[in-house]
Amino acid sequence: MSRIGVVVFPGSNCEYDAVAAVERLGDQAEFVWHTRTDLNGIDGVILPGGFAHGDYLRPGALARFSPVMGAVERFAADGGPVLGICNGFQVLVEAGMLPGALQKNRGLTFLCQPTTLVVSSTSSVLTRGASVGQELVVPINHFSGSYTCDDETHDELVRNGQIVLRYKENPNGSRDDIAGVANKAGNVVGLMPHPERAMSMLLGSADGVVLFESFLGVKVEQPALAH
Amino acid sequence: MNYFVIVDVTLRKGIADPEGSTIERALPALGFTGVTNVHAGKSFRFEVEAENEGAALEKATSLGERLLSNPVIEDASARIGDR
Repeated sequence: MSRIGVVVFPGSNCEYDAVAAVERLGDQAEFVWHTRTDLNGIDGVILPGGFAHGDYLRPGALARFSPVMGAVERFAADGGPVLGICNGFQVLVEAGMLPGALQKNRGLTFLCQPTTLVVSSTSSVLTRGASVGQELVVPINHFSGSYTCDDETHDELVRNGQIVLRYKENPNGSRDDIAGVANKAGNVVGLMPHPERAMSMLLGSADGVVLFESFLGVKVEQPALAH
Repeated sequence: MNYFVIVDVTLRKGIADPEGSTIERALPALGFTGVTNVHAGKSFRFEVEAENEGAALEKATSLGERLLSNPVIEDASARIGDR
């Protein structure tokens, strides 16, 4: 059984959903307040969605200075799995743990809708249990989710299989339809969609389960979770 | 002494500026025609204690690049301003 640390910044608001998703798959999750400087006993880290530090300056810009981020960087450098969802993704790019940047959506609209994602690479902790080309319905809920990077970075992402999820229909102007990227080693992943909100058909989709299963390193044989 | 500094943060060339283009499209509705090339950005104003103007600008530029802007998509430039 894994013990997952869900980092809570002032202004995070998806931490309960992240914990519920982990517990739903039989693992343990605990909140990690952003002032903590160690991650002892933690097997995986989730940076949840929300508005860390009020999103002041830029989303994620101030959160990267929270004391816990030093510990998260060391944890990732040691190969520990780190998942940034939505605002957590923005924090990871601002911290330089993932390449690129997230800009305001094309059209300047806040988007809150289900999207269809296509798995583009399985060489990451989030997608290793899925298959390339697999389509997953997962909701998005963001204003600054348009992924951007320079040509050189994009070439590298493609070459290394670091683009893990793409939108089937681009909702926000993201370069190359990118919805989620991994670092080169594949242990740090960020995505704008919210897989923790797609854990049960009761909520419209259980397609987040395969992503969380991958992240938690578990394999559930029977589709009992999709009730 | 203290120098009053303004740091402008603007999107780098080639980076999409949906805010700027939305503003540009809205202007004709108010009767402002002939306004093109609209870009949105941010400006930060603060005082810097430094030996001279050059040192103040250097400090402001450095913090502009390291915190106020995201170098992946934005440029930061510092100038001495009026209080």
